[in-house]
Amino acid sequence: MRRSLAADRLATAVLWAVAVFVILVLVAIIAYFVIESIPTFSLAFLVADPSLTDIGGIGPVLWNSAYMLVLTMLLTVPLGVLGGIYMAEYAGEGWLTNAIRFSQELISSVPSIVVGLFGFALFVAATGWGFTALGGALTLMVFNLPLLLRLSEQAIRTVPADERAASLALGATKWQTIRHAVLPVAIPGVVTGIVLTAGRVFGEAAALLFTAGLSTPTRYDFSNLNPLDPQSPWSPFRNATTLSVFIWKSNSEGLGNYVHEVANMSSMVLIVMVLAFNLGSRWLGGALQRRVSGL
Amino acid sequence: MVIAAVVLLLGFIVWRGVQLFVVSGVPVTQILSPTWQPDPLSEGTTYGLLPFIAGTLAVMAVAAIVSTPLSVGLALFMAEVAPTWARRIAQPAMEVFVGIPSVVYGWLGLTILVPFLRVHFGWLGFTTGFSWLAGSLVLALMILPTITSISYDAFVAVPADMRSASLALGTTRWQAIRHVVLPTAAAGVATAIVFGLTRAAGEALAVQMVIGNSPIIPTSLARPVTTLTSQITLDMSDATGTWNEALWTMGLVLLLISLAFVLLIRWLGRGRSRA
Repeated sequence: MRRSLAADRLATAVLWAVAVFVILVLVAIIAYFVIESIPTFSLAFLVADPSLTDIGGIGPVLWNSAYMLVLTMLLTVPLGVLGGIYMAEYAGEGWLTNAIRFSQELISSVPSIVVGLFGFALFVAATGWGFTALGGALTLMVFNLPLLLRLSEQAIRTVPADERAASLALGATKWQTIRHAVLPVAIPGVVTGIVLTAGRVFGEAAALLFTAGLSTPTRYDFSNLNPLDPQSPWSPFRNATTLSVFIWKSNSEGLGNYVHEVANMSSMVLIVMVLAFNLGSRWLGGALQRRVSGL
Repeated sequence: MVIAAVVLLLGFIVWRGVQLFVVSGVPVTQILSPTWQPDPLSEGTTYGLLPFIAGTLAVMAVAAIVSTPLSVGLALFMAEVAPTWARRIAQPAMEVFVGIPSVVYGWLGLTILVPFLRVHFGWLGFTTGFSWLAGSLVLALMILPTITSISYDAFVAVPADMRSASLALGTTRWQAIRHVVLPTAAAGVATAIVFGLTRAAGEALAVQMVIGNSPIIPTSLARPVTTLTSQITLDMSDATGTWNEALWTMGLVLLLISLAFVLLIRWLGRGRSRA
Protein backbone atom coordinates (compact mmCIF):
# COMPACT_ATOMS: atom_id res chain seq x y z
CA MET A 1 0.00 0.00 0.00
CA ARG A 2 2.72 2.43 0.94
CA ARG A 3 4.53 1.69 -2.31
CA SER A 4 1.49 2.45 -4.40
CA LEU A 5 0.97 5.69 -2.52
CA ALA A 6 4.56 6.66 -3.20
CA ALA A 7 4.14 5.76 -6.86
CA ASP A 8 1.04 7.89 -6.98
CA ARG A 9 2.87 10.84 -5.51
CA LEU A 10 5.82 10.37 -7.82
CA ALA A 11 3.59 10.12 -10.88
CA THR A 12 1.72 13.25 -9.86
CA ALA A 13 4.99 15.09 -9.41
CA VAL A 14 6.25 13.94 -12.80
CA LEU A 15 3.08 15.00 -14.54
CA TRP A 16 3.24 18.40 -12.85
CA ALA A 17 6.87 18.76 -13.88
CA VAL A 18 6.09 17.91 -17.49
CA ALA A 19 3.26 20.43 -17.58
CA VAL A 20 5.32 23.17 -15.97
CA PHE A 21 8.22 22.46 -18.32
CA VAL A 22 6.09 22.67 -21.45
CA ILE A 23 4.36 25.85 -20.32
CA LEU A 24 7.75 27.36 -19.45
CA VAL A 25 9.05 26.57 -22.92
CA LEU A 26 6.08 28.36 -24.38
CA VAL A 27 6.51 31.35 -22.10
CA ALA A 28 10.22 31.45 -22.92
CA ILE A 29 9.48 31.48 -26.65
CA ILE A 30 7.09 34.36 -26.33
CA ALA A 31 9.32 36.24 -23.91
CA TYR A 32 12.26 35.80 -26.26
CA PHE A 33 10.46 37.45 -29.12
CA VAL A 34 9.08 40.26 -26.99
CA ILE A 35 12.47 41.03 -25.44
CA GLU A 36 14.30 40.81 -28.75
CA SER A 37 11.78 42.99 -30.51
CA ILE A 38 11.30 45.81 -28.05
CA PRO A 39 14.52 47.77 -28.79
CA THR A 40 13.74 48.12 -32.48
CA PHE A 41 9.98 47.94 -32.52
CA SER A 42 7.78 50.84 -33.43
CA LEU A 43 4.24 51.04 -34.71
CA ALA A 44 5.59 52.37 -37.98
CA PHE A 45 7.03 48.87 -38.58
CA LEU A 46 3.49 47.56 -38.98
CA VAL A 47 2.66 49.85 -41.86
CA ALA A 48 5.95 50.67 -43.55
CA ASP A 49 7.14 48.96 -46.71
CA PRO A 50 9.91 46.35 -46.55
CA SER A 51 13.38 47.68 -47.15
CA LEU A 52 16.78 46.18 -47.82
CA THR A 53 18.86 48.98 -46.40
CA ASP A 54 16.77 50.00 -43.45
CA ILE A 55 14.55 48.20 -40.94
CA GLY A 56 11.59 49.04 -43.11
CA GLY A 57 8.31 47.42 -42.24
CA ILE A 58 5.79 44.73 -42.96
CA GLY A 59 2.76 46.80 -43.99
CA PRO A 60 2.00 45.07 -47.28
CA VAL A 61 2.65 41.52 -46.11
CA LEU A 62 0.57 42.05 -43.00
CA TRP A 63 -2.24 43.28 -45.18
CA ASN A 64 -1.83 40.21 -47.38
CA SER A 65 -2.06 37.87 -44.40
CA ALA A 66 -5.29 39.48 -43.25
CA TYR A 67 -6.64 39.51 -46.77
CA MET A 68 -5.78 35.86 -47.28
CA LEU A 69 -7.36 34.95 -43.96
CA VAL A 70 -10.65 36.64 -44.83
CA LEU A 71 -10.69 35.24 -48.35
CA THR A 72 -9.97 31.69 -47.24
CA MET A 73 -12.43 31.76 -44.37
CA LEU A 74 -15.15 33.18 -46.62
CA LEU A 75 -14.68 30.12 -48.80
CA THR A 76 -14.21 27.63 -45.99
CA VAL A 77 -16.54 28.47 -43.11
CA PRO A 78 -19.97 28.11 -44.75
CA LEU A 79 -19.02 24.89 -46.51
CA GLY A 80 -17.15 23.49 -43.54
CA VAL A 81 -19.83 24.11 -40.94
CA LEU A 82 -22.74 23.04 -43.12
CA GLY A 83 -20.76 19.97 -44.14
CA GLY A 84 -20.08 19.27 -40.47
CA ILE A 85 -23.80 19.45 -39.67
CA TYR A 86 -24.52 17.11 -42.55
CA MET A 87 -21.88 14.61 -41.50
CA ALA A 88 -22.97 14.63 -37.86
CA GLU A 89 -26.74 14.68 -38.25
CA TYR A 90 -27.77 13.48 -41.66
CA ALA A 91 -25.12 11.24 -43.14
CA GLY A 92 -25.94 7.60 -42.62
CA GLU A 93 -23.50 4.77 -42.65
CA GLY A 94 -22.70 3.85 -46.18
CA TRP A 95 -19.99 3.77 -48.77
CA LEU A 96 -20.47 7.48 -49.50
CA THR A 97 -20.02 8.55 -45.91
CA ASN A 98 -17.11 6.21 -45.67
CA ALA A 99 -15.53 7.60 -48.81
CA ILE A 100 -16.01 11.17 -47.57
CA ARG A 101 -14.47 10.35 -44.23
CA PHE A 102 -11.54 8.60 -45.80
CA SER A 103 -10.95 11.49 -48.22
CA GLN A 104 -11.15 13.89 -45.34
CA GLU A 105 -8.56 12.02 -43.31
CA LEU A 106 -6.30 11.58 -46.26
CA ILE A 107 -6.40 15.18 -47.36
CA SER A 108 -5.81 16.60 -43.92
CA SER A 109 -2.72 14.48 -43.59
CA VAL A 110 -1.26 15.33 -46.98
CA PRO A 111 1.77 17.51 -46.33
CA SER A 112 1.14 21.15 -47.03
CA ILE A 113 4.04 21.31 -49.42
CA VAL A 114 2.37 18.64 -51.54
CA VAL A 115 -0.88 20.58 -51.43
CA GLY A 116 1.21 23.54 -52.53
CA LEU A 117 2.54 21.59 -55.50
CA PHE A 118 -1.00 20.65 -56.38
CA GLY A 119 -2.20 24.24 -56.03
CA PHE A 120 0.67 25.38 -58.19
CA ALA A 121 -0.22 22.96 -60.95
CA LEU A 122 -3.94 23.67 -60.78
CA PHE A 123 -4.51 27.26 -59.68
CA VAL A 124 -1.33 28.82 -60.97
CA ALA A 125 -0.31 26.98 -64.10
CA ALA A 126 -3.51 25.39 -65.41
CA THR A 127 -5.71 28.46 -64.87
CA GLY A 128 -3.04 30.79 -66.18
CA TRP A 129 -3.61 33.15 -63.25
CA GLY A 130 -0.01 33.13 -62.16
CA PHE A 131 0.68 33.65 -58.46
CA THR A 132 -2.52 35.07 -56.97
CA ALA A 133 -4.18 35.57 -53.63
CA LEU A 134 -7.18 33.62 -54.88
CA GLY A 135 -4.97 30.72 -55.95
CA GLY A 136 -3.41 30.79 -52.49
CA ALA A 137 -6.79 30.88 -50.78
CA LEU A 138 -8.12 27.99 -52.86
CA THR A 139 -5.01 26.00 -52.09
CA LEU A 140 -5.43 26.68 -48.38
CA MET A 141 -9.03 25.62 -48.68
CA VAL A 142 -7.94 22.21 -49.95
CA PHE A 143 -6.81 21.29 -46.47
CA ASN A 144 -8.74 23.77 -44.36
CA LEU A 145 -12.12 22.59 -45.51
CA PRO A 146 -11.70 18.96 -44.42
CA LEU A 147 -10.18 20.15 -41.16
CA LEU A 148 -13.09 22.43 -40.33
CA LEU A 149 -15.51 19.78 -41.50
CA ARG A 150 -14.05 17.29 -39.07
CA LEU A 151 -13.83 19.74 -36.18
CA SER A 152 -17.40 20.98 -36.55
CA GLU A 153 -18.66 17.44 -36.98
CA GLN A 154 -16.92 16.46 -33.76
CA ALA A 155 -18.30 19.48 -31.93
CA ILE A 156 -21.80 18.58 -33.04
CA ARG A 157 -21.39 14.93 -32.19
CA THR A 158 -20.34 15.64 -28.63
CA VAL A 159 -23.80 17.07 -27.97
CA PRO A 160 -25.49 14.46 -25.76
CA ALA A 161 -28.14 12.34 -27.47
CA ASP A 162 -30.53 13.22 -24.63
CA GLU A 163 -30.67 16.82 -25.84
CA ARG A 164 -31.76 15.69 -29.24
CA ALA A 165 -34.22 13.16 -27.92
CA ALA A 166 -35.76 15.74 -25.58
CA SER A 167 -36.22 18.22 -28.39
CA LEU A 168 -37.64 15.63 -30.77
CA ALA A 169 -39.95 14.33 -28.07
CA LEU A 170 -41.38 17.82 -27.72
CA GLY A 171 -42.40 17.56 -31.34
CA ALA A 172 -39.62 19.66 -32.84
CA THR A 173 -38.61 18.93 -36.40
CA LYS A 174 -35.14 17.70 -37.16
CA TRP A 175 -33.94 21.10 -38.31
CA GLN A 176 -35.52 22.83 -35.27
CA THR A 177 -33.72 20.35 -33.09
CA ILE A 178 -30.42 21.07 -34.77
CA ARG A 179 -30.98 24.80 -34.71
CA HIS A 180 -32.21 25.16 -31.11
CA ALA A 181 -30.96 22.15 -29.22
CA VAL A 182 -27.81 20.93 -30.93
CA LEU A 183 -26.06 24.00 -32.34
CA PRO A 184 -26.24 26.11 -29.17
CA VAL A 185 -24.41 23.40 -27.30
CA ALA A 186 -21.98 22.81 -30.14
CA ILE A 187 -21.18 26.46 -30.86
CA PRO A 188 -18.09 26.79 -28.69
CA GLY A 189 -16.63 23.69 -30.31
CA VAL A 190 -17.46 24.94 -33.78
CA VAL A 191 -15.90 28.31 -33.02
CA THR A 192 -12.78 26.60 -31.69
CA GLY A 193 -12.68 24.66 -34.94
CA ILE A 194 -12.88 27.87 -36.93
CA VAL A 195 -10.07 29.37 -34.87
CA LEU A 196 -7.82 26.36 -35.37
CA THR A 197 -8.50 26.50 -39.06
CA ALA A 198 -7.90 30.24 -39.22
CA GLY A 199 -4.69 29.91 -37.27
CA ARG A 200 -3.45 27.59 -39.97
CA VAL A 201 -4.10 30.23 -42.62
CA PHE A 202 -2.02 32.73 -40.72
CA GLY A 203 0.84 30.40 -40.17
CA GLU A 204 0.83 28.48 -43.39
CA ALA A 205 3.75 29.21 -45.62
CA ALA A 206 4.74 26.02 -47.42
CA ALA A 207 1.53 25.77 -49.41
CA LEU A 208 1.69 29.44 -50.33
CA LEU A 209 5.26 29.59 -51.60
CA PHE A 210 4.29 28.42 -55.06
CA THR A 211 0.70 29.63 -55.13
CA ALA A 212 0.34 33.13 -53.71
CA GLY A 213 3.85 34.09 -54.63
CA LEU A 214 7.12 35.14 -53.12
CA SER A 215 7.74 38.60 -54.49
CA THR A 216 8.17 41.43 -52.07
CA PRO A 217 5.27 43.74 -52.72
CA THR A 218 5.75 47.38 -53.48
CA ARG A 219 3.69 50.16 -52.04
CA TYR A 220 -0.03 49.49 -52.08
CA ASP A 221 -2.49 52.10 -53.18
CA PHE A 222 -5.55 51.45 -51.04
CA SER A 223 -7.58 54.09 -52.84
CA ASN A 224 -7.61 51.81 -55.85
CA LEU A 225 -10.84 49.96 -55.12
CA ASN A 226 -11.16 48.12 -58.39
CA PRO A 227 -11.09 44.46 -57.30
CA LEU A 228 -10.08 43.30 -60.76
CA ASP A 229 -7.05 45.53 -61.14
CA PRO A 230 -3.93 43.47 -60.32
CA GLN A 231 -2.34 46.62 -58.91
CA SER A 232 -5.10 47.09 -56.37
CA PRO A 233 -4.49 45.68 -52.88
CA TRP A 234 -8.15 44.65 -52.83
CA SER A 235 -7.79 42.38 -55.83
CA PRO A 236 -7.71 38.60 -55.36
CA PHE A 237 -5.80 38.35 -58.63
CA ARG A 238 -2.46 39.58 -57.49
CA ASN A 239 0.68 38.38 -55.86
CA ALA A 240 0.11 38.12 -52.15
CA THR A 241 3.17 37.31 -50.06
CA THR A 242 1.94 36.75 -46.52
CA LEU A 243 3.77 37.48 -43.31
CA SER A 244 4.85 33.86 -42.75
CA VAL A 245 6.13 33.50 -46.28
CA PHE A 246 7.92 36.80 -45.84
CA ILE A 247 9.70 35.57 -42.70
CA TRP A 248 10.84 32.43 -44.45
CA LYS A 249 11.91 34.29 -47.55
CA SER A 250 13.89 36.99 -45.81
CA ASN A 251 15.72 34.30 -43.86
CA SER A 252 16.48 31.99 -46.70
CA GLU A 253 17.65 34.80 -48.91
CA GLY A 254 19.43 36.60 -46.11
CA LEU A 255 19.18 39.87 -47.96
CA GLY A 256 19.02 43.22 -46.22
CA ASN A 257 20.97 44.72 -43.37
CA TYR A 258 18.38 44.06 -40.70
CA VAL A 259 17.16 40.55 -41.49
CA HIS A 260 17.54 39.46 -37.89
CA GLU A 261 15.60 42.34 -36.40
CA VAL A 262 12.90 42.17 -39.05
CA ALA A 263 12.42 38.43 -38.58
CA ASN A 264 12.19 38.77 -34.80
CA MET A 265 9.68 41.54 -34.99
CA SER A 266 7.67 39.82 -37.68
CA SER A 267 7.56 36.65 -35.61
CA MET A 268 6.39 38.63 -32.62
CA VAL A 269 3.67 40.26 -34.69
CA LEU A 270 2.55 36.82 -35.91
CA ILE A 271 2.45 35.43 -32.39
CA VAL A 272 0.62 38.46 -31.03
CA MET A 273 -1.95 38.17 -33.79
CA VAL A 274 -2.48 34.50 -33.07
CA LEU A 275 -2.91 35.32 -29.38
CA ALA A 276 -5.31 38.14 -30.12
CA PHE A 277 -7.20 35.85 -32.41
CA ASN A 278 -7.48 33.17 -29.75
CA LEU A 279 -8.66 35.52 -27.04
CA GLY A 280 -11.08 37.16 -29.43
CA SER A 281 -12.62 33.89 -30.50
CA ARG A 282 -12.85 32.62 -26.95
CA TRP A 283 -14.80 35.72 -26.08
CA LEU A 284 -16.85 35.36 -29.25
CA GLY A 285 -17.58 31.71 -28.53
CA GLY A 286 -18.80 32.57 -25.05
CA ALA A 287 -20.88 35.48 -26.28
CA LEU A 288 -22.42 33.36 -29.02
CA GLN A 289 -23.30 30.61 -26.63
CA ARG A 290 -25.01 33.04 -24.26
CA ARG A 291 -26.94 34.56 -27.10
CA VAL A 292 -28.04 31.35 -28.73
CA SER A 293 -28.97 29.57 -25.53
CA GLY A 294 -30.84 32.66 -24.37
CA LEU A 295 -33.27 32.26 -27.23
CA MET B 1 -16.74 18.00 -53.16
CA VAL B 2 -14.20 16.76 -50.69
CA ILE B 3 -14.03 13.49 -52.58
CA ALA B 4 -13.62 15.31 -55.88
CA ALA B 5 -10.80 17.38 -54.42
CA VAL B 6 -9.06 14.28 -53.14
CA VAL B 7 -9.42 12.38 -56.38
CA LEU B 8 -8.14 15.39 -58.30
CA LEU B 9 -5.24 15.86 -55.94
CA LEU B 10 -4.27 12.21 -55.93
CA GLY B 11 -4.63 11.95 -59.66
CA PHE B 12 -2.56 15.01 -60.25
CA ILE B 13 0.26 14.11 -57.92
CA VAL B 14 0.42 10.53 -59.13
CA TRP B 15 0.38 11.63 -62.75
CA ARG B 16 3.10 14.23 -62.26
CA GLY B 17 4.96 11.91 -59.93
CA VAL B 18 5.37 9.15 -62.48
CA GLN B 19 6.53 11.49 -65.26
CA LEU B 20 10.06 10.87 -64.08
CA PHE B 21 9.75 7.21 -65.04
CA VAL B 22 7.33 7.41 -67.95
CA VAL B 23 8.52 10.45 -69.85
CA SER B 24 12.16 10.70 -68.89
CA GLY B 25 12.66 6.98 -68.74
CA VAL B 26 14.46 6.95 -65.43
CA PRO B 27 14.28 3.38 -64.11
CA VAL B 28 12.02 3.06 -61.07
CA THR B 29 14.75 1.33 -59.13
CA GLN B 30 17.01 4.34 -59.51
CA ILE B 31 15.08 6.31 -56.91
CA LEU B 32 16.32 3.83 -54.34
CA SER B 33 19.87 4.84 -55.06
CA PRO B 34 21.62 6.78 -52.32
CA THR B 35 23.08 9.22 -54.83
CA TRP B 36 21.34 12.50 -55.57
CA GLN B 37 22.94 14.18 -58.54
CA PRO B 38 20.11 15.98 -60.29
CA ASP B 39 22.16 18.48 -62.27
CA PRO B 40 21.70 17.40 -65.89
CA LEU B 41 24.93 19.15 -66.91
CA SER B 42 27.19 17.12 -64.67
CA GLU B 43 28.46 13.58 -65.05
CA GLY B 44 26.39 10.65 -63.84
CA THR B 45 23.03 12.27 -63.24
CA THR B 46 21.23 10.11 -60.68
CA TYR B 47 17.88 10.70 -59.08
CA GLY B 48 18.30 8.70 -55.91
CA LEU B 49 15.60 9.62 -53.41
CA LEU B 50 16.82 7.35 -50.66
CA PRO B 51 18.61 10.10 -48.68
CA PHE B 52 15.40 12.14 -48.60
CA ILE B 53 13.17 9.28 -47.64
CA ALA B 54 15.57 8.08 -44.98
CA GLY B 55 16.01 11.66 -43.76
CA THR B 56 12.27 12.21 -43.49
CA LEU B 57 11.76 9.01 -41.53
CA ALA B 58 14.77 9.59 -39.29
CA VAL B 59 13.89 13.16 -38.39
CA MET B 60 10.30 12.18 -37.79
CA ALA B 61 11.15 9.23 -35.57
CA VAL B 62 13.44 11.17 -33.25
CA ALA B 63 10.91 14.00 -33.05
CA ALA B 64 8.25 11.53 -31.95
CA ILE B 65 10.54 9.91 -29.40
CA VAL B 66 11.25 13.29 -27.83
CA SER B 67 7.74 14.62 -28.07
CA THR B 68 5.58 11.67 -27.03
CA PRO B 69 6.45 11.44 -23.33
CA LEU B 70 6.10 15.18 -22.91
CA SER B 71 2.82 15.51 -24.73
CA VAL B 72 1.15 12.39 -23.37
CA GLY B 73 2.29 13.44 -19.90
CA LEU B 74 0.85 16.88 -20.41
CA ALA B 75 -2.41 15.43 -21.72
CA LEU B 76 -2.67 13.15 -18.68
CA PHE B 77 -1.93 16.11 -16.45
CA MET B 78 -4.66 18.17 -18.04
CA ALA B 79 -7.19 15.38 -18.05
CA GLU B 80 -6.56 13.70 -14.71
CA VAL B 81 -4.37 15.63 -12.33
CA ALA B 82 -4.66 19.34 -12.93
CA PRO B 83 -6.75 21.45 -10.63
CA THR B 84 -9.12 23.78 -12.43
CA TRP B 85 -6.79 26.77 -12.32
CA ALA B 86 -3.93 24.84 -13.89
CA ARG B 87 -6.17 23.51 -16.61
CA ARG B 88 -7.27 27.05 -17.24
CA ILE B 89 -3.65 27.94 -17.98
CA ALA B 90 -2.69 24.80 -19.86
CA GLN B 91 -5.56 24.70 -22.30
CA PRO B 92 -5.19 28.18 -23.79
CA ALA B 93 -1.44 27.64 -23.75
CA MET B 94 -1.91 24.63 -26.01
CA GLU B 95 -4.05 26.71 -28.34
CA VAL B 96 -1.30 29.31 -28.55
CA PHE B 97 1.23 26.55 -29.18
CA VAL B 98 -0.87 25.25 -32.06
CA GLY B 99 -1.17 28.75 -33.39
CA ILE B 100 2.52 29.56 -33.54
CA PRO B 101 3.36 29.27 -37.21
CA SER B 102 5.97 26.83 -38.40
CA VAL B 103 8.22 29.53 -39.82
CA VAL B 104 8.46 31.00 -36.33
CA TYR B 105 9.62 27.64 -34.98
CA GLY B 106 12.06 27.46 -37.83
CA TRP B 107 13.36 30.92 -37.09
CA LEU B 108 13.75 30.06 -33.41
CA GLY B 109 15.61 26.93 -34.36
CA LEU B 110 17.85 28.91 -36.65
CA THR B 111 18.68 31.68 -34.21
CA ILE B 112 18.78 29.80 -30.91
CA LEU B 113 19.02 26.05 -31.31
CA VAL B 114 21.50 25.86 -34.18
CA PRO B 115 24.04 28.29 -32.64
CA PHE B 116 23.51 26.64 -29.25
CA LEU B 117 24.35 23.22 -30.62
CA ARG B 118 27.34 24.60 -32.46
CA VAL B 119 28.78 26.44 -29.48
CA HIS B 120 28.07 23.97 -26.69
CA PHE B 121 28.05 20.64 -28.46
CA GLY B 122 30.56 21.29 -31.19
CA TRP B 123 32.78 18.70 -29.50
CA LEU B 124 30.11 16.08 -30.14
CA GLY B 125 30.30 16.71 -33.85
CA PHE B 126 27.79 19.53 -34.24
CA THR B 127 30.26 21.50 -36.33
CA THR B 128 27.70 23.75 -37.94
CA GLY B 129 24.75 23.16 -35.66
CA PHE B 130 22.56 22.40 -38.65
CA SER B 131 21.70 18.80 -37.99
CA TRP B 132 19.32 15.88 -37.77
CA LEU B 133 18.89 16.61 -34.06
CA ALA B 134 18.08 20.28 -34.67
CA GLY B 135 15.39 19.31 -37.17
CA SER B 136 13.95 16.72 -34.81
CA LEU B 137 13.88 19.05 -31.82
CA VAL B 138 12.10 21.77 -33.75
CA LEU B 139 9.61 19.19 -34.98
CA ALA B 140 9.17 17.75 -31.52
CA LEU B 141 8.06 21.15 -30.32
CA MET B 142 5.74 21.53 -33.27
CA ILE B 143 3.96 18.20 -32.90
CA LEU B 144 3.68 18.51 -29.14
CA PRO B 145 0.33 20.34 -29.19
CA THR B 146 -1.01 17.91 -31.80
CA ILE B 147 -0.26 14.83 -29.73
CA THR B 148 -1.32 16.56 -26.53
CA SER B 149 -4.71 17.69 -27.71
CA ILE B 150 -5.66 14.42 -29.39
CA SER B 151 -4.56 12.24 -26.49
CA TYR B 152 -6.23 14.68 -24.09
CA ASP B 153 -9.48 14.05 -25.95
CA ALA B 154 -8.88 10.32 -25.66
CA PHE B 155 -8.33 10.58 -21.89
CA VAL B 156 -11.37 12.77 -21.37
CA ALA B 157 -13.45 10.30 -23.37
CA VAL B 158 -12.78 7.59 -20.79
CA PRO B 159 -16.08 7.38 -18.88
CA ALA B 160 -15.92 8.88 -15.38
CA ASP B 161 -17.68 5.75 -14.08
CA MET B 162 -14.67 3.63 -14.89
CA ARG B 163 -12.45 5.97 -12.96
CA SER B 164 -14.84 6.07 -10.02
CA ALA B 165 -15.10 2.31 -10.05
CA SER B 166 -11.34 1.99 -9.86
CA LEU B 167 -11.02 4.60 -7.13
CA ALA B 168 -13.87 3.03 -5.19
CA LEU B 169 -11.88 -0.21 -5.13
CA GLY B 170 -9.27 1.74 -3.24
CA THR B 171 -6.72 2.32 -5.97
CA THR B 172 -4.64 5.45 -5.98
CA ARG B 173 -5.11 7.97 -8.74
CA TRP B 174 -1.97 6.77 -10.50
CA GLN B 175 -3.16 3.16 -10.37
CA ALA B 176 -6.45 4.26 -11.86
CA ILE B 177 -4.58 6.09 -14.60
CA ARG B 178 -2.24 3.22 -15.32
CA HIS B 179 -4.67 0.36 -15.21
CA VAL B 180 -7.92 1.95 -16.31
CA VAL B 181 -7.46 5.25 -18.12
CA LEU B 182 -4.34 4.45 -20.17
CA PRO B 183 -5.48 1.05 -21.47
CA THR B 184 -8.90 2.42 -22.36
CA ALA B 185 -7.42 5.40 -24.15
CA ALA B 186 -4.50 3.51 -25.69
CA ALA B 187 -5.86 3.47 -29.23
CA GLY B 188 -6.61 7.18 -28.95
CA VAL B 189 -3.09 7.91 -27.80
CA ALA B 190 -1.64 5.81 -30.60
CA THR B 191 -3.79 7.76 -33.03
CA ALA B 192 -2.47 10.98 -31.52
CA ILE B 193 1.11 9.88 -32.04
CA VAL B 194 0.44 8.90 -35.64
CA PHE B 195 -1.15 12.29 -36.22
CA GLY B 196 1.97 13.85 -34.77
CA LEU B 197 4.13 11.74 -37.08
CA THR B 198 2.04 12.75 -40.03
CA ARG B 199 2.55 16.39 -39.23
CA ALA B 200 6.25 15.80 -38.71
CA ALA B 201 6.67 14.06 -42.04
CA GLY B 202 4.93 16.84 -43.88
CA GLU B 203 6.45 19.85 -42.22
CA ALA B 204 8.60 21.70 -44.69
CA LEU B 205 9.90 25.12 -43.89
CA ALA B 206 10.81 24.90 -40.24
CA VAL B 207 12.82 21.76 -40.87
CA GLN B 208 14.42 23.12 -43.98
CA MET B 209 15.70 26.10 -42.01
CA VAL B 210 17.63 24.06 -39.44
CA ILE B 211 18.49 20.74 -40.96
CA GLY B 212 21.39 21.74 -43.17
CA ASN B 213 19.98 20.20 -46.32
CA SER B 214 22.68 17.80 -47.37
CA PRO B 215 21.47 14.80 -49.30
CA ILE B 216 23.19 12.02 -47.39
CA ILE B 217 21.82 8.99 -45.60
CA PRO B 218 21.44 10.02 -41.94
CA THR B 219 24.02 8.32 -39.77
CA SER B 220 24.66 10.78 -36.98
CA LEU B 221 22.32 13.08 -35.06
CA ALA B 222 24.98 15.77 -35.29
CA ARG B 223 25.25 15.86 -39.06
CA PRO B 224 23.20 17.81 -41.54
CA VAL B 225 20.70 15.69 -43.44
CA THR B 226 17.71 16.54 -45.54
CA THR B 227 14.07 15.58 -46.03
CA LEU B 228 11.67 15.23 -48.93
CA THR B 229 9.84 18.39 -47.97
CA SER B 230 12.99 20.50 -47.61
CA GLN B 231 14.27 19.50 -50.98
CA ILE B 232 10.98 20.31 -52.70
CA THR B 233 10.95 23.70 -50.98
CA LEU B 234 14.48 24.48 -52.00
CA ASP B 235 14.47 23.30 -55.58
CA MET B 236 10.94 23.84 -56.82
CA SER B 237 11.43 27.37 -58.03
CA ASP B 238 14.46 26.72 -60.19
CA ALA B 239 14.49 23.05 -61.12
CA THR B 240 13.42 22.29 -64.65
CA GLY B 241 13.02 19.22 -66.83
CA THR B 242 13.80 15.86 -65.32
CA TRP B 243 14.98 17.46 -62.09
CA ASN B 244 11.56 19.05 -61.70
CA GLU B 245 9.90 15.70 -62.39
CA ALA B 246 12.00 14.17 -59.65
CA LEU B 247 10.59 16.75 -57.23
CA TRP B 248 7.08 15.70 -58.13
CA THR B 249 8.10 12.12 -57.51
CA MET B 250 9.19 13.22 -54.05
CA GLY B 251 5.74 14.74 -53.64
CA LEU B 252 4.27 11.39 -54.61
CA VAL B 253 6.42 9.57 -52.07
CA LEU B 254 5.26 12.02 -49.38
CA LEU B 255 1.70 11.36 -50.41
CA LEU B 256 2.24 7.62 -50.09
CA ILE B 257 3.74 8.12 -46.63
CA SER B 258 0.71 10.07 -45.50
CA LEU B 259 -1.58 7.51 -47.07
CA ALA B 260 0.15 4.85 -45.02
CA PHE B 261 -0.40 6.92 -41.88
CA VAL B 262 -4.06 7.43 -42.65
CA LEU B 263 -4.54 3.70 -43.09
CA LEU B 264 -2.71 3.17 -39.82
CA ILE B 265 -4.97 5.66 -38.04
CA ARG B 266 -8.05 3.99 -39.50
CA TRP B 267 -6.81 0.61 -38.40
CA LEU B 268 -6.18 1.91 -34.89
CA GLY B 269 -9.65 3.46 -34.88
CA ARG B 270 -11.21 0.20 -35.92
CA GLY B 271 -9.44 -1.62 -33.11
CA ARG B 272 -10.82 0.93 -30.71
CA SER B 273 -14.40 0.66 -31.82
CA ARG B 274 -14.25 -3.11 -31.64
CA ALA B 275 -12.97 -2.96 -28.11
